[in-house]
Amino acid sequence: MEHTSLLERILRGVALTLVVIFFMFPILWIFMMSFQTNETILRIPPQLIFEPTLANYTALITGKLMTAAGTLDIAFMRNLWNSVFLSVTSVAVSLLLGVPAAYAFARHKFRGSEDIAFTLLSFKFAPALLVLLPLTLYFQKLGLANTYFGLIWVYQLICLPLILWIVRGYFEDIPADIEYAYRIGGHSWFATFRKIALPLAGPGIAAAGLLAFIFAWNNFVFALVLASADKQPVTVGALAFITSSGIQYGQISAAIVLSITPTLALALYAQRYLVEGLSLGAVKG
Amino acid sequence: MTAVVSQRPKPSGFRISKKVLPYVLSLPALLVCIGILIPFLTSVVYSFQRYRLSQPWARQFNWGDNYISFFTDPKFWNTLKVSLLYAGTTVVLELLLGLAIALLLQKRSTLNNFISIMLLMPLMTAPALAALMWKLMTNPGFGVLSYLASLIGLQDFRWASSPSTALFTVVLVDIWVYTPFIMILLLAGLRSLPTQPFEAAALDGVPRSFVFFRITLPMLTPYILTATLFRLLDSIQQFDIIYAMTQGGPGDTLTVFQVEAYLNFFQSTNVGRSAALMIILWAITYFLSNIFIKNWLRLRERARGQA
Repeated sequence: MEHTSLLERILRGVALTLVVIFFMFPILWIFMMSFQTNETILRIPPQLIFEPTLANYTALITGKLMTAAGTLDIAFMRNLWNSVFLSVTSVAVSLLLGVPAAYAFARHKFRGSEDIAFTLLSFKFAPALLVLLPLTLYFQKLGLANTYFGLIWVYQLICLPLILWIVRGYFEDIPADIEYAYRIGGHSWFATFRKIALPLAGPGIAAAGLLAFIFAWNNFVFALVLASADKQPVTVGALAFITSSGIQYGQISAAIVLSITPTLALALYAQRYLVEGLSLGAVKG
Repeated sequence: MTAVVSQRPKPSGFRISKKVLPYVLSLPALLVCIGILIPFLTSVVYSFQRYRLSQPWARQFNWGDNYISFFTDPKFWNTLKVSLLYAGTTVVLELLLGLAIALLLQKRSTLNNFISIMLLMPLMTAPALAALMWKLMTNPGFGVLSYLASLIGLQDFRWASSPSTALFTVVLVDIWVYTPFIMILLLAGLRSLPTQPFEAAALDGVPRSFVFFRITLPMLTPYILTATLFRLLDSIQQFDIIYAMTQGGPGDTLTVFQVEAYLNFFQSTNVGRSAALMIILWAITYFLSNIFIKNWLRLRERARGQA
């Protein structure tokens, strides 16, 4: 690469700049819109310089929007809370169920273990609505429709395969000899699991948990089908905004900014593990 | 000898035989998933029934009628065409763009690493919210992209609300969200390639196009295949972006499989047709995922081998 000509370096620079603009511009623009009043947003041509206002965020956080026609209630904070609660609980349940299973798949090649592991993996690739549509009818009969319990159960479809396959890889990376040595010392398998395997796979488990959280947070279709307004997360809630009357574009933008900030922040924090997580452990970053 | 054994601390807690243990450990995860397998079987049953939520009394088995009627149903052929077109266009464009960006960022430097991390941000944005962002930007009244389009002479460019440009618009959003996925996988692949062949080629003064087509691409193929199939599996099932952007409209321009099944279920309450559509989509994804898993396993073994 040392022999690159000046022309090539310029072309590379231009290409990279275009790439960065294309991928960053929408986030930047929505971020800017969230600090504007409807008046400046509607101005043509669009303004790059404006007097920033926090009014959109205040309206969302207090849940009250003052308009000429009166005060309007916005349930956005409720959506945000639902997102936090659903994602955190789903990931916690997934870790509780998935980590022991991942350990079993990594350490014990038992009868049918590969089949079971692949069945779990195949859930990730099956069309969501194939399962969701009959599930709505069942949930109505079982009284699980529009409950956190039902949603968290279904969210396992997103979190469990991810956690199982990533964590399994981390357990496989631990040399079995370390565990044998500890067990020869007379410790039970559970002590070995808790004192040796879990701490060694710890960073991987944390990364899988963060990724599962991001995917749970970003999910749209599950809650769209199974939840009504009071249980909806931000992905569904923000979409309802655009059709509801009285809400202004600045507030929609502010809602988007608040909704994507947690996942973007977590992704930056966990970026070292993203490659491995996104490829379900097939590619190491 | 016995004295030595008795000196060991006794394993605490209850004992589970070695044979049963793995089953016990994986059972809870399995039970949760079995609850999800039942609706899958229900879908199969529904797909062989005449079943409308609005006419529950007329519910009966009609066996293959839902499937047979697809052959003469232009709406079904439209669904198949749009789904394949959407999946094909997004995956090809994302692959080309992702590969190009990965090659641009291949060299490890602070700037390149910083850019590659920044480019992950669209991927971490919820696709439904990404669609909403683009919806705001393409609004005919104030959208910045509508304004920019008018600057280059495209007056009244209607983006997702015109049948002729709706597909283009949702494909654009898909590219925005998912190109970073292919980019980051291929970048990891490029950086993990052995350096010797490249050094040898540089010593021999081999032309760079030859290096790219005869060394880089072949060695990168497993990564390209895995990334492509991953995206293809996702893209043929795309729902979030299309539903959030246009709800399948205008008209039936964008009624891809999952959107069409959703509309059939909730708007025309035709459960049978909706289930049959999902079974066909499942058959396609099952076929694709079998090819995918082979490649994915090969890569996974290689990654584990390096560890």
